[in-house]
Amino acid sequence: MTVTASLTAAAPTLSQAPYWYLTRSTGITAFVLLTVSIAFGIAATHRALASPAWPRFATQNLHRNVSVLSLAFLAVHIVTTIVDGFVTISWWAVVVPFVSDYRPLWVAFGTIAFDLTLIVIVSSLLRLRISATLWRRIHYTSYAAWPLTFLHFLNTGTDAAHGRFGIWIDIACAGVIAAALAVRVVAGDNAPRPLRSLVR
Amino acid sequence: MRLLTETGRSLAEHVATHGELRLGNRPALLDEVDRSGLLGRGGAGFPTGRKLRTVAAGSKAVVLGNGCEGEPASGKDHRLMQSHPHLVLDGLQTAAHAVGAREAHLAVHAGSSALAILGKALTERRDLVRTTLHEVPVRYVASEESALVNLVNTGLAKPTFTPPRPFEQGIGKRPTAINNVETLAHLGLIARHGAEWFRAVGDPDEPGTALVTVNGTVVEVPTGTPVRDLLGPLDDLQAVLVGGYFGTWIAAAQVHDLTLTHRDLRAAGGALGAGIVLSLPVGSCGLLETSRVATYLADQNAGQCGPCFNGLPAIAAAVRALALGPWHDGEMAHLDRWLGIVPGRGACRHPDGAVRFVLSALSVFANDVARHRSGHPCTGIRQPPVLPV
Amino acid sequence: MRVRVNPIDCTAHGLCAELLPEWISLDEWGYPVIDEQVVPAQLVRNARRAAAACPTLALRLQQD
Repeated sequence: MTVTASLTAAAPTLSQAPYWYLTRSTGITAFVLLTVSIAFGIAATHRALASPAWPRFATQNLHRNVSVLSLAFLAVHIVTTIVDGFVTISWWAVVVPFVSDYRPLWVAFGTIAFDLTLIVIVSSLLRLRISATLWRRIHYTSYAAWPLTFLHFLNTGTDAAHGRFGIWIDIACAGVIAAALAVRVVAGDNAPRPLRSLVR
Repeated sequence: MRLLTETGRSLAEHVATHGELRLGNRPALLDEVDRSGLLGRGGAGFPTGRKLRTVAAGSKAVVLGNGCEGEPASGKDHRLMQSHPHLVLDGLQTAAHAVGAREAHLAVHAGSSALAILGKALTERRDLVRTTLHEVPVRYVASEESALVNLVNTGLAKPTFTPPRPFEQGIGKRPTAINNVETLAHLGLIARHGAEWFRAVGDPDEPGTALVTVNGTVVEVPTGTPVRDLLGPLDDLQAVLVGGYFGTWIAAAQVHDLTLTHRDLRAAGGALGAGIVLSLPVGSCGLLETSRVATYLADQNAGQCGPCFNGLPAIAAAVRALALGPWHDGEMAHLDRWLGIVPGRGACRHPDGAVRFVLSALSVFANDVARHRSGHPCTGIRQPPVLPV
Repeated sequence: MRVRVNPIDCTAHGLCAELLPEWISLDEWGYPVIDEQVVPAQLVRNARRAAAACPTLALRLQQD
């Protein structure tokens, strides 16, 4: 028997399916962490949003660490989704969009978001070997991952449907992104200016 | 007269005066150039033989002739290319042969009349190595060696970060020998007449003749010529600027014993540069002239490096305030700090040259500085400008 | 090992000075002023962090 089949066979009925709970909880957590990571990313690059009490490298490190944590939750989300037998989604659907039997469009959004995340992470691991411009351009594609994930959350599973709690998480995350963007816009242009405490 | 002869521009006249260029054994040529003691005439004064030998050691070398006379006060390269294009082209072929290059480039300022003249001269010749002419935007930094390489490689005439320097990785990432066009002209003649001939004239340590632009006039003189022989009556002289706008001021009292050599000028705290000599008459204000040039140099930055595009305008503004007022004496501390903090922090030596120029002015015109600082500027500020920008 | 900055790539983000203040300070325009000597052993780890943190990869470590 294949690994998937044996794991699926071991899963109890729907209402107590551990994989189903895991996939929902890790998926939501990954999405919340993605939101936080992007918010930090928007803030990390703006010079005016730094201070001696909260230096740029702190925001930058938080951004990186939250991204990695989000990826960890995302990995569990993906594995438990595939292994759970209630809906049929093959391993291919992890990286190839539109091959899922279950809600192909909305799962595809998740797939594409994951693909983008993979490319961004690989580019960051290879950062010293690729040009700074190429790295930045790849990194900007991560902005697309958020709306894709947002819509994926809204339209797959049931947590966001029918006025359940998921919708509030969605709205809250959208609010966080909107706030981060607003702060960035208000902070003005990003022209060089030194942190006074470091000027000698 | 070796370079600035009465010969016309055509190839026939050129060959009639100088003879055919015959390039023989490459190692023998490199030895000859070494023995000649030829130093680069573009400003740095680097031994040409050593430069060629280093590039020759690399593979697939390329040669580039620099005819972009970035200095407003210099006219020698333009004069040479315009009146004696074949001297320059001979030199380029000689350099190509010496380093084993199969590709030659010549950079000239856009809009220069020399472009058409060189183009026509190229059609008269049957060179072994093909020469490509490049038009370079007329900006001070565009003629810096990494900027020229960048222009040929990408079309953008802005300096790049070094290392690697062009002699290691230049055009097409290949070892590139960049020589000033005057240096090339001498090179072509050394290939014909030999090292002994070259050394027969001029200073024993830095031999040969050199083209010098003295107050706008181009002359050819043996190296080691006393600077005072180039100038008019010394009693009307307040100071001399040698080496162009990256050079240094020399007080009139020190001009007496100065000869046109890298050695003497370094000892005087300056540099020979590209053989530019400018006189400042008594009655003009050295600080005002310096401020005009400092402003020009600040405008001419490539806009790439923060310490330069921030620092030079700040320095220029301070010198201007010192020259013309209004002056607040607290500014002096700022100016001193900027002059200390700007050099060495750009990708090229543009900020370094500008700072050296200003520092020499503050030293040579120290009396003026004191007077201007105390609020009593000299009458010289009402004189018409002397230095071209 | 020495710390060098490519002044063309540097756009004065200042993270290097935050992470290695013992070796790098900023001029009044935000650009790094870097000690050119060999980095002492106890600062090497932070020097690596500073180079990794530079948003434009302008700060580099140079092995002599």
